Amino acid sequence: MRSWWWNVSLQDYAHTVNSAEPIVSARGIRMAFAGVEVLKGVDIDLFPGEVHGLIGENGAGKSTLGKLIAGIYRPTAGTISIGGVARSLGSPRQAMELGVALIHQEPLTFPDLDVAENIFVGRQPTKGMKRVDWAAMRTRAGELLSSLGVALDPKAKVSGLSVADQQMVELAAALSQDAKVLILDETTASLTPKEVAELFVIVRKLRDQGCAIAFVSHRLDEIFQICDRITVLRDGDKVGERLPSECGVPDIIRMMVGRELASERFTPAEHSQGKVMLELKGLCQGKIFSDVSFNVRKGEIVGMAGLVGAGRTDVARAIFGITHKTGGAVFIDGVEVNARNPQDAMKHGFALVPEDRQHHGLLMPISICENACLAVLRGMTKTALIDRKAIRARSQEYVGKLRIALRDVDQSVRDLSGGNQQKVVLSKWLMTEPKVLILDEPTRGVDVGAKAEVHRLMRELADGGLAILMISSDLQEVLTVSERILVLREGRLVRTFEPGEATQETIMLAATGQEAHAL
Amino acid sequence: MRSDLAKKLSTLREAGTIVLLLAVVLAAWTKDHHFLEAKNLNSILLWIPLLAVVGMGQMLVILTRGIDVSVGSTMGLAGIIVGMLFRDHAGLNVFVGAGIGLAIGAVLGAFNGGLIAWLKIPPIIATLGTLSAYRGLVFIVSKGDQVASNDIPDALVNWTMNGPIKVGGVTVSWLLVWAVVASIITAYLLKQTRTGRDIFSIGSNPDAAMLRGIPVRKVTFIVYTICGAFAGLAGVLYASRYGFVNPGSAGTGFELIVIAAVVIGGTNVFGGSGTVPGVLLGCLLLGTINVALAVLGIDETWQKLVYGLVILVALILDSGVKKWLGKLSEVGS
Repeated sequence: MRSWWWNVSLQDYAHTVNSAEPIVSARGIRMAFAGVEVLKGVDIDLFPGEVHGLIGENGAGKSTLGKLIAGIYRPTAGTISIGGVARSLGSPRQAMELGVALIHQEPLTFPDLDVAENIFVGRQPTKGMKRVDWAAMRTRAGELLSSLGVALDPKAKVSGLSVADQQMVELAAALSQDAKVLILDETTASLTPKEVAELFVIVRKLRDQGCAIAFVSHRLDEIFQICDRITVLRDGDKVGERLPSECGVPDIIRMMVGRELASERFTPAEHSQGKVMLELKGLCQGKIFSDVSFNVRKGEIVGMAGLVGAGRTDVARAIFGITHKTGGAVFIDGVEVNARNPQDAMKHGFALVPEDRQHHGLLMPISICENACLAVLRGMTKTALIDRKAIRARSQEYVGKLRIALRDVDQSVRDLSGGNQQKVVLSKWLMTEPKVLILDEPTRGVDVGAKAEVHRLMRELADGGLAILMISSDLQEVLTVSERILVLREGRLVRTFEPGEATQETIMLAATGQEAHAL
Repeated sequence: MRSDLAKKLSTLREAGTIVLLLAVVLAAWTKDHHFLEAKNLNSILLWIPLLAVVGMGQMLVILTRGIDVSVGSTMGLAGIIVGMLFRDHAGLNVFVGAGIGLAIGAVLGAFNGGLIAWLKIPPIIATLGTLSAYRGLVFIVSKGDQVASNDIPDALVNWTMNGPIKVGGVTVSWLLVWAVVASIITAYLLKQTRTGRDIFSIGSNPDAAMLRGIPVRKVTFIVYTICGAFAGLAGVLYASRYGFVNPGSAGTGFELIVIAAVVIGGTNVFGGSGTVPGVLLGCLLLGTINVALAVLGIDETWQKLVYGLVILVALILDSGVKKWLGKLSEVGS
């Protein structure tokens, strides 16, 4: 089968062959956040006149690498050389002075200021007596924008611009400071296809002018469209570097997901044939997701995979009444429910364990037992006052059931490890005695041992009669825990795998829309 | 297209203040057809200067997402020290006195700025602390004695009684000239200098300002210093306006009226946007309400309640407009 990336002519990267010295050269880069290593010794070179793609799954470390080069973080080990000299970058300002700029997915602009000032903020041109020269600033902004081929009014307020336009403003700001290295960090994630095409025209133009560009993305099609060189990262390691002419989408996917098989599977021998507990029929929400239909049976764990931004969390939030659907229906145990808010959803038997423990799952300063009983506090009162004895007893019961490792239920939940914190969140929701449990990234930031423990618990809960829907970006986890696997892409349910049918590769192909290039 | 819309809405917000102003004037005029006579106009015009001078500094602070609730105490402290200097050194030039007041205020403001910019104490906490501390200093410095009216030089009182322009019994006082000067300086700073533009960028997106290399601490420090300096100057203007300085009452509670004027004048409480004319309009509205309350025969004890209600109405209008704007842009996209 002919594929579009074969059409990229050799001249397109002919200029890469003779490019002598890299502008940016990073060696042995290591980076750890709170003791968790996200980069484990990565080397990368950025050459002038070349677009270098950094690709990997969610959490592979590609964005972190970009941010290190742009001075936003300082690496825990390794050297970054810019222009042949090893630098210790302490701030983005310092990186910018060396000609390195990062364009963010969500642009860092000043909504109250106009386009021209956003470009020149802190460096406004001045005339006599250090007065800001508004006319000169607007003229220069206009020139910069038109050299980029962007039709934006320098006097327009940025608060009214689209994300794509705001990125152009950031790009213009970088170029106004003679940026020689541009790092585009998931820049296309919130753009429409047309906006992406427009961005690529500009990226190619800048490349041809001799800029070194790092393009961080998890969208394979874009990587092949724009990049002259591809570096694949997996779990903080550099898996390899390829020229797009020498490889295909399946090769890259294989590099992204790795080959090792799941060590332990928690799926039951027999496919659950329980009664359908949760059913979605054509659920829609504006432009975010549409026509999502599936069911989850009693005793079953259904995994939901997809890239970040595919709409998985949005579906969960709509089911739980945090946001509102614009079409379709949700059934629980055969009865249609229309949850207006989370309280309502809880009454109908839903529980949602959100992705972000720190912000949405736990109240960090207060005790474990108070956190655990938060959702059922109303039922635990004695003459209008909270019955602390009952709270402690009830928490103790779940601490035992979920095997939470702690000193005392009165200790602050902040002191627990990630895995145990997650179990506290889980017990909070289990106390509401739900029929359907939705877990969003249940093991993010949890170490490997605790991960298996959470998985075992999920299996036990399902065997106990719960219907579980699990959203996860960790393909290994999806394969290990789920029976059926749903794949969402761009707000649509694109694939449902029956038990035993899926592999990491096939899920990835479905999630990126590359199924045509089967292995 | 959308920027036009935003512009229309921002003028709408000031238009709201104007409508409120006209409503107050109309209500007072209906009750008493003599409301717009020289006597009342003079009262209103004398109400504005103190408010405007302190308001300019407060606006700068609020533009950076901060707040300074110590300005009333700063006024009191500068007012009492300069008043005592006039008392103990007869013949001290009034402009020198004003300069000393300004300098005292700048030092007090710089202290606030240091606490906030370098020690990272939240502005409301830092200035709440100095609100009390500076007031304490007022009593310590004055030993509780007020500077009486016969100790205030005539040249200073003259700033209130006379002015460069007199039209039919209405006097544009020298106090008002001070307010105009403060406003022009503030407007110039905000529009024409990089520091002024940095003030907007910090309030508009503090994280981005940091990442783009704006000297956030330095600008924060400068802003609180200017705010203090204006409040210190206002302390001297207070002595002129009231003819005495009482350690207990000079500037006490003034911070709330000032913040009200700034916010009613369309300055975004979450930083990033606000204009000098808007703040002046806010001062005019509060001055007019004050005089109108007397004309309408409303007891002075009601004033605070009315101020409070006006602030709330202004804020509700503000958030209402924002919600509406959000909905419009959703529909538009």
